[in-house]
Amino acid sequence: MALRRFDLDAGGESFAFCAETEPKIAFWLAKYPEDRQRSAVIPLLWLAQKDNQGWLSEPAMRTVAELLDMPYIRVYEVATFYTMFRLQPVGRHHIQICGTTPCMLRGANDLKDIATDKIGAKMHVSDNGQLSWEEVECLGACVNAPMVQINDYYYEDLSAASFADILAKLDQGEAVAPGSFAERINSAPFGVPTTLSEEALYNGARLIDSLPNLLTEEANPAADKKKDA
Amino acid sequence: MLQDKDRIFTNLYGQHSPGLEAAKQRGAWNLTPDMLAQSPEWLCNQIKTSGLRGRGGAGFPTGLKWTFMPKEVRDRPHYLVVNADESEPGTCKDREIMRHDPHLLIEGCMVASRAMRAHACYIYIRGEYIAEREGLEAAIKEAYEAKLIGQNNINGWDFELYVHHGAGAYICGEETALLESLEGKKGQPRLKPPFPANAGLYGCPTTVNNVESIAVVPTILRRGAEWFAGFGAPNNTGTKLFCISGHVQRPCNVEEEMSVTFRELIETHCGGIKGGWDNLKAVIPGGSSVPMVPAEQIIDAKMDFDTLRDLKSGLGTAAVIVMDKSTDLIKAIARISYFYRHESCGQCTPCREGTGWMWRVLERMAAGEARYEEIDMLLEVSHQVEGHTICALGDAAAWPVQGLIRHFRHEIEARISEYRLPRTIVQARRARLANRPVTRSLEKSAVTSEG
Ligand SMILES: Cc1cc2nc3c(=O)[nH]c(=O)nc-3n(C[C@H](O)[C@H](O)[C@H](O)COP(=O)(O)O)c2cc1C
Ligand code: SF4
Ligand code: FES
Repeated sequence: MALRRFDLDAGGESFAFCAETEPKIAFWLAKYPEDRQRSAVIPLLWLAQKDNQGWLSEPAMRTVAELLDMPYIRVYEVATFYTMFRLQPVGRHHIQICGTTPCMLRGANDLKDIATDKIGAKMHVSDNGQLSWEEVECLGACVNAPMVQINDYYYEDLSAASFADILAKLDQGEAVAPGSFAERINSAPFGVPTTLSEEALYNGARLIDSLPNLLTEEANPAADKKKDA
Repeated sequence: MLQDKDRIFTNLYGQHSPGLEAAKQRGAWNLTPDMLAQSPEWLCNQIKTSGLRGRGGAGFPTGLKWTFMPKEVRDRPHYLVVNADESEPGTCKDREIMRHDPHLLIEGCMVASRAMRAHACYIYIRGEYIAEREGLEAAIKEAYEAKLIGQNNINGWDFELYVHHGAGAYICGEETALLESLEGKKGQPRLKPPFPANAGLYGCPTTVNNVESIAVVPTILRRGAEWFAGFGAPNNTGTKLFCISGHVQRPCNVEEEMSVTFRELIETHCGGIKGGWDNLKAVIPGGSSVPMVPAEQIIDAKMDFDTLRDLKSGLGTAAVIVMDKSTDLIKAIARISYFYRHESCGQCTPCREGTGWMWRVLERMAAGEARYEEIDMLLEVSHQVEGHTICALGDAAAWPVQGLIRHFRHEIEARISEYRLPRTIVQARRARLANRPVTRSLEKSAVTSEG
């Protein structure tokens, strides 16, 4: 468990969602039964974080509580429990370095050293406001280790050199496309995949016109009933 | 080796479009109305016959689990909830299904819902998978627009499908924590009973299944339960997505036959172990929660539930973490312990306190800064945590530590011994190991005090 608190000074007094976010809020609320609207609390806090330069301030948290008609303390509990809610300011590009064992085995510690060297301590925002970083737990892309998440997307199969290069570009305000930084297709083995080359998988040749194992109609009265209904 | 014609996830690497038309060409949505016209009993029986065991880690028979749902829908609706929280270190297979073959998952959700008399399903995806969530939402929109799902759809079973997301908490993969989280609370596991099949989401009958468990269902019904049951050893059937990470030449995700041997899996798809087979040290075969297995025991072992259980480990999520001889195993496990300390939800004392304690001791042991007796103490504490908590995270934190001590106690002892040696000797040894020239005075003192 990690202890997490809001940065109250940086959060100011107020928060308002952007106008473009309103339809997104409606989209989320429509997913849950009418008397279960608090189910939307995580998605809404996430939208609030997006509208607040990538971190969740205390007024933003209160705005969500009011919108969902939830007691502040219940929303506070959620905001402090889930580590993707960042309770202090971050850089324009916030870098989450996966440090868990599979990434560690393939060089995550080198990435941490580079980040410390180029940006500074964890959660420190660089002077030009571009960069900040933290170490996170397994991001679920372990066969593309080591990897990092920058804002929304994954940067995979990194080396010390490619990571340093990404940081330099972002620091200069240049965009860097996410994905793998090695010669491979997504999570296939490097080079040519060892499987999935057969053409018949992709041209409809495998479609069938009746299911195997179907019982005869007499033996499966439940199926009949369904058809009649 | 599994042949291409028998693979379920034919777009695993995203070489083709995830969109509806391409997915249909690959077989998705083929004969779905016929499946939905069958009774829940028939569907459950087919899945039982196929031998499918849950792909989320515990390996519980999927067809059997479905039959735990009430046989009739009364005042409360039934729900299927799909576990797409995928956070077990080493595991990254559900992600590939969601971003490259989402229609197989959507179709599976619908068929499984029919088997459990549910008309609504939530997919709970981990918050970090933003691109995957966007892809999944797009595919669901396509399915609604083509009237494949929704009210009065062409498949014949009214069905609503929603995506929900988390925000970075491994514990939300535990099924009852996931339900709490989906209800808008912090993700702390519930005490069982009641089990979700009686009182799950919003107090209604609910079944939680892993993404892979659900996505294979339509193909099993299309190909026949016996087809699926024909792969793998008895009681360990089917095809399986393996995620191979760590010290192999070519780490990858791949669909293989269950019970494939470790050697064949690595040779065929991963280009072997870094530095050759002699360089293999140990393998964590099922995600960070299962104990490691040393090289000589894993090399020719079958990768399945029963074989790995007999090796005092487990298939878990089939996330195979390979470690070669350059690995500092104590550090590797210490990092896993840090993970559990970080992810403990804190409501049980043995887990909250034990995970932190085990991590701190392991960090000292990795440096050698410990007493020999502490190895047994660590083992003892791990047993105090195991089985004494609300959810299985406590066990998951204890097992890797037990695996390390079971197989590599000598390495911990050696580390402690080395730490206690005079510094000159240690430096000389390290220099020798690294093939660096040893200064004369160092060599001399090393020889005299070691001899
Ligand atoms: C701490 C913890 C984390 C878990 N994480 C996941 C997960 O990320 N994905 C998953 O499918 N199951 C996870 N599980 C297992 C689920 O509780 C549940 O058993 C599983 O989703 C059932 O699906 P299945 O029967 O299809 O395997 C986790 C269990 C525990 C105790
Ligand atoms: S075992 Fe750990 S994670 Fe599970 S409920 Fe208890 S404290 Fe929470
Ligand atoms: S360990 Fe880094 S993505 Fe899984």
